[in-house]
Amino acid sequence: MCFVDFTGGMRAVWSVLLAGLMAPMLAGVAWAQGFEIEDRRAYPGTGADILRVISTADLDVFEPFLLRFQAANPEVGIDYTTASSAELERAIRGGAEFDLALSSAMDLQFSLANDGYAQANTSAVTQALPDWARWNDRLFAFTAEPAVVVINEARFEGLELPRNRAELVTLLRDHPDRFAGRVGTYDLRASGLGYLFATQEARSSDAYWRLTEVMGRLDAQLYCCSAQMIDDVASGALALAYNVLGSYAEGRLGADDGLAILPLEDFANVMLRTALIPATAERVEEAGLMLDALLSEGMGNGTTPVLPPLQARGEAAAAAFGPIRLGPALMVYLDRLNRESFLEAWDAAMEQ
Amino acid sequence: MSASKGWSIARRLTLFLAAMVAILALVSWYMVTSFAREAAGRTQDNILAASATSIAETLRSEGGDIRLELPYAAFSMLGALSEDRVFYRIAAGDEILTGYDDLTGPEVASGEPAFATLPYRGVTVRAVSLQRTILSDGAAVPVTVTLAQTRDGVTAIAAGLSRQAAVLSGLIFVLAVGIAAFAVRASLRPLNTMAQHLATRGPSDLRPLRRQGPPELIPLVRSLNRLMERLGGSLRRSEDFIAEAAHRVRTPLAVVRTQAEIALHSVEGEGPRQSLRRVIRAVDESSRSASQLLDHAMVSFRADDLARAPVDLPTLAETVAEALRPTAQMKDIDIVLDLDPAQAEGDEILIQNALRNVLDNAIKYSPAETEVTVKVRAVEDAAHVVVGDEGPGFGDGSAAHLTERFRRGDQVGGIVGSGLGLTIAEEALRAHGGRLELNGNEGGAGACVSLILPAA
Repeated sequence: MCFVDFTGGMRAVWSVLLAGLMAPMLAGVAWAQGFEIEDRRAYPGTGADILRVISTADLDVFEPFLLRFQAANPEVGIDYTTASSAELERAIRGGAEFDLALSSAMDLQFSLANDGYAQANTSAVTQALPDWARWNDRLFAFTAEPAVVVINEARFEGLELPRNRAELVTLLRDHPDRFAGRVGTYDLRASGLGYLFATQEARSSDAYWRLTEVMGRLDAQLYCCSAQMIDDVASGALALAYNVLGSYAEGRLGADDGLAILPLEDFANVMLRTALIPATAERVEEAGLMLDALLSEGMGNGTTPVLPPLQARGEAAAAAFGPIRLGPALMVYLDRLNRESFLEAWDAAMEQ
Repeated sequence: MSASKGWSIARRLTLFLAAMVAILALVSWYMVTSFAREAAGRTQDNILAASATSIAETLRSEGGDIRLELPYAAFSMLGALSEDRVFYRIAAGDEILTGYDDLTGPEVASGEPAFATLPYRGVTVRAVSLQRTILSDGAAVPVTVTLAQTRDGVTAIAAGLSRQAAVLSGLIFVLAVGIAAFAVRASLRPLNTMAQHLATRGPSDLRPLRRQGPPELIPLVRSLNRLMERLGGSLRRSEDFIAEAAHRVRTPLAVVRTQAEIALHSVEGEGPRQSLRRVIRAVDESSRSASQLLDHAMVSFRADDLARAPVDLPTLAETVAEALRPTAQMKDIDIVLDLDPAQAEGDEILIQNALRNVLDNAIKYSPAETEVTVKVRAVEDAAHVVVGDEGPGFGDGSAAHLTERFRRGDQVGGIVGSGLGLTIAEEALRAHGGRLELNGNEGGAGACVSLILPAA
């Protein structure tokens, strides 16, 4: 099982060992509470206080932020745990003791906040957030990350690049020989983020179902995570990966030749990475400090942020599509019946 | 109302009006607040009902199963107005199809939605339940859609409106109190004007009030006018009485004196003559006292309503001196006039009266065969009429008390007198804004009385 958006879940096994080395007691507790962690690292501070953070963001990406935070608040120690968004939700719902939860699955985060697993928190920084980036003073967005289409330029040689989804559908349909088995997208059953992107897209445009049918006919490869899709596009195993997390793809553009983001003009889904302070949090004050630091970076104050700041939404919004709205509507596709019927329809489209 | 005893009508009225406006402002604020709460609550109810209805509309039976799809719009409309938490439960009979198992809504019959405010997960929620009957496998299954939302948004909207209403009520209060204060002042202005008008009137100005006031003041004006009329009448009567009394007392005295003089000439023997002379002297004294009493009454009366006319003092002095010369001659006293031109303004009769009393006093207290001088001088902005004699003077004590009524000096010896002369002079002069000065004579015995009047 792998719900991670940033890196592969292959680290899950040895990361537990690593975590075991650093905090055997807590790791044991985590297991006992029935959720799976991927990685864990402690950053002791000068004081006795340890801020326990659970996050879907990988340490490789997030560590600079943690170090910056500790430089500003040397007395606060940090115990940073990464888990998939589904495991994170399970952990918080199960009452696991964390002081701050950061997740890319905004629908799961929303349902946690809605069901009373988050506590309200207000500060000057949270008040400065735009309305669309906070909900009920319990859920706060600190990044805005679009879903993008990543292509291998070599695989598209000689073809006119499509400018919207309709053209993409036509292109894929017209060249089954070139694209068969070389199209990748999220496995909606395995990826919470993939499911969120798919449902939101299906809501916005009927092109989604036509595209899904075409991808089904081309025997699309299904992935759990953006990282692996991008790996395969870079290697040439895939010609196109649909609905990859843009923030991650951009990080790879420079490193891998032939990798490109296909700009689509019709619309782009923008996901908000969100933070909440669990109701069971003990170090609320320190959690508030870190939240403020996160949101400050998210609003583009000061240093280069580790993740795309909220303002990146400005570029995405140029296409007149805002980020996915934080609101009760996010619970609609989490509903058991709706999820079942959506996945049924998706299966039907994919298996044609 | 002992505390408000000394309060002005304006203050009392303003306070009453302010209290009334305050009560009205509070009542209106309270009403707006409760309306706002009700309206916000109804809005939430309507949205909840619409949302639950749109969920219920998707209910259908498929191959014996009851199916539904939560419409996206149903939940997004709940998030449109506020950031409230949302809970839902859909149950067919006792079997829960989807949603929050532990959510219980209000009891509901088929048809109308039922609302309730109830606690759920430690917060207060507004819940709606809606029932729709679905035909499944030939059996009618009642399906209940329950939708609940926290009330933070409603509370915030109501609180916002309440705050606005409070600010508005406050502004209305301030404005209304200002207007009330202005209205009270404006309403009381005729009364104040009337009071001022009365206050600036002369002491004996008893003309009726002619100003037109508001109808409420007309009874007061009428009463005042009637009072003044009665007062005027009584003053006129006392004036008549004075004239009448003067006439009635003097005439018989004159007859007595004449008869006594005739008797003096006709009787023989020193004893009876001596008696008659005493009678004549007593009658003279009585006549003089009566005159002075009447003079005093007249001075008091005329001083209240002082005439203002130019008075030529030398002429006046001459007239008075001439009138008293016979009396003086009886004691072989010579009245010497030393008159400079001088003018005063006032009531000629009063000034005459004053001078006559002073001069009469001088003659009365002077020894026989002496001189009494009357000088008229203009000194800077005053006119002086100085009467000097060679009599015993005022003695060592203070002269000021001599102007008190019925007070006589300690040098009077055996001379009969009423003690009114100087009082009359003093009052007459004071009515003119002048004064009476009593001094010893310069360089020698005798008294010196100065009547000082402001120059015209």
